[in-house]
Amino acid sequence: MSALETRPARAGTAVVTAEDVARGRRRRSQRRRAVVAVMAVLVVVLLATSLVVGQTTYPPGEVLRVLLGEEVPGASFTVGTLRLPRAVLAVLTGVAFGLGGVTFQTMLRNPLASPDVIGITSAASAAATFGIVTLSLGASQVSTFAIAGGLSVALLIYALSAGRSSATTRLVLVGIGVAAMLDSVTTYLLSEAAVWDQQAASRWLTGSLNGATWEQVRPLLVALALLGPLLLLLSRDLAATQLGDDTASALGVRVGRTRLLLLVAAVGLVAFATAAAGPIAFVAFLSGPIAARVVGPGGSPLVPAALVGALLVLVADLAGQHALGTRLPVGVVTGVLGAPYLVYLVVRTHRTGGSL
Amino acid sequence: MTPAVAPSPAGASPAAPPALRARGGAHLRPLWLLVGVGVLLGLVAASVGVGSREVGAREVLAALGAVLGGSVDGFDQASVAVRLPRTALAVLAGAALGVAGAVMQGVTRNPLADPSILGVNTGAALAVVVGIAFFGLTSAASYAWVAIAGAAVAAGFVYTVGSLGRGGATPLKLALAGAATAAALTSLTTAVVLPRNDIALGVRSWLVGGVGGATWGSVQQVLPFLAAGALVCLATARTLNSLALGDDLAAGLGERVALARGVASAGAVVLCGATTAVTGPIAFVGLVVPHACRLLVGVDHRWLVPFSAVAGAALLTGADVVGRVVARPAEIDVGIVTALVGAPLFIALVRRQRIREL
Repeated sequence: MSALETRPARAGTAVVTAEDVARGRRRRSQRRRAVVAVMAVLVVVLLATSLVVGQTTYPPGEVLRVLLGEEVPGASFTVGTLRLPRAVLAVLTGVAFGLGGVTFQTMLRNPLASPDVIGITSAASAAATFGIVTLSLGASQVSTFAIAGGLSVALLIYALSAGRSSATTRLVLVGIGVAAMLDSVTTYLLSEAAVWDQQAASRWLTGSLNGATWEQVRPLLVALALLGPLLLLLSRDLAATQLGDDTASALGVRVGRTRLLLLVAAVGLVAFATAAAGPIAFVAFLSGPIAARVVGPGGSPLVPAALVGALLVLVADLAGQHALGTRLPVGVVTGVLGAPYLVYLVVRTHRTGGSL
Repeated sequence: MTPAVAPSPAGASPAAPPALRARGGAHLRPLWLLVGVGVLLGLVAASVGVGSREVGAREVLAALGAVLGGSVDGFDQASVAVRLPRTALAVLAGAALGVAGAVMQGVTRNPLADPSILGVNTGAALAVVVGIAFFGLTSAASYAWVAIAGAAVAAGFVYTVGSLGRGGATPLKLALAGAATAAALTSLTTAVVLPRNDIALGVRSWLVGGVGGATWGSVQQVLPFLAAGALVCLATARTLNSLALGDDLAAGLGERVALARGVASAGAVVLCGATTAVTGPIAFVGLVVPHACRLLVGVDHRWLVPFSAVAGAALLTGADVVGRVVARPAEIDVGIVTALVGAPLFIALVRRQRIREL
């Protein structure tokens, strides 16, 4: 009631017209477009850098000629066969992890609820370890195993968490339980393995782009081509699920079906990326929040998160290869980023008095 | 586990609200404790008698005599002599984890509080790995100190992250914060271990979590820590009953809430840090045991804490025996058995509708 009474007074000091709202929205979307464009340019620049820089640095002209399909002695092998698949794989895994992660975080309405925390990555890892260690499979079969493991466990978690109410809370908690169990399975398989397999498996488990080939790139590319557009199509529904199940269904979203579709698409991306490069730690976890911070509120978080993911993997791989004394796999570099981010989350939330 | 404490009138003794006494079947408690001790003794006997090498009961007794006498003769006696410290460690570690879980659930009033869910084990593990890699630690006692420090830091951190924002430390936020922290700490552990081939093998087998490599020396070195932690936890049991009524009521009853929380958590952290230092991270014992015990003896912590010790010891000893029997002649480490048994129980727990506060 008091709000009604004070209205004329407030209206006198600051009238917010439809025009103001429209102007604000325009400004935000301009900023958003600019940031996205800058990030896209950065991705291309880093991609080019990772092609040019290495043990031997080739002049950009030669690299360009290799890319155009010319035969350049030396550069053709180093750039065309070694560096190009690696760089492309870095971008694709980053995009896939970024998309998958931000979908989970948005859908479950919690920045901590990313696929690497709630069991999807653990499932792919356990399946892959089983493939490498117990069945001694080759690389492509291991990928199939990882994908099948990730998808089936995601469906299991979904089924176990289905119920009358608060399905998302249970989804997260069940996922954490499943992750704990699968991690111990992975540890057990590793502890039983022969030394050689153990090394192969732990290299895979760290997440590494070493020795990337086009065979690894191709399935991920196909998955991204299919599931990426699907996620973008669903982005409006994704935004609605963020408002809570009741509000979303009042807005005309078929919540159960949407959630299942989003889940399958996001899990598919994460599983394919994991199959290609191993579970590169925390890319899925970090991309969404960083993107939200950079781009600002409003609009779909999907494209910015995908770009941030690609940037993260590219930068981490470059740093792991060249910046530090020893060569570290990309997963170690990104993994170390996770802890400071959590601290940052605490500090920021504490200062703003917000909620997780 | 249930919010059933609400109806108890404010004037009642904090130690035993009447509503709870009826629920637990108070007169049955000594009986359950006796049963628990009996089961534990049976499992201890099994743990000494069962293993990859079959040893008859008579030889076991002969071996016990020989071990006490100081001279071990023959394979049978030697294998029994190896099993003894292992059994002792399983009993101690299980009891410590059970008590730590019960106290943590009481302190946080959160049914999902558990050393492994809260990331305490991974914190201790990272601290130990850093100690081994950079400071050349070798003795179990020095492991215990750094593990306790790591456990304390991790527990404090997770609880801070988990209680941010509206609604304080809900089970969901606490579990997520713990899982995310554990994932981050595990990556850090990997980053420390990966370039160091010299320590990788030892660290990896330690990270599985097991009691297999126990010696009397390592048991002796952590025993003081465990005893101190257990005493603190037992001493705070009555305070935990007051805390279960909520902070305001507890303060009204004359408890210094923050101090009580601090002391009780310190006891629990010492227990699980020291345990992790010898056995490696063992998951879910601290989660499952207190819940099972509450069903049997009710929510009075003066009974719950000792009973969790007995039940935890029985669970870990039993899991160790199972791990030795199923994959004969190989062994499955006890950390894996408890995770495989504990995780489904955890899932069953969160699937129940009422996951609120303790």
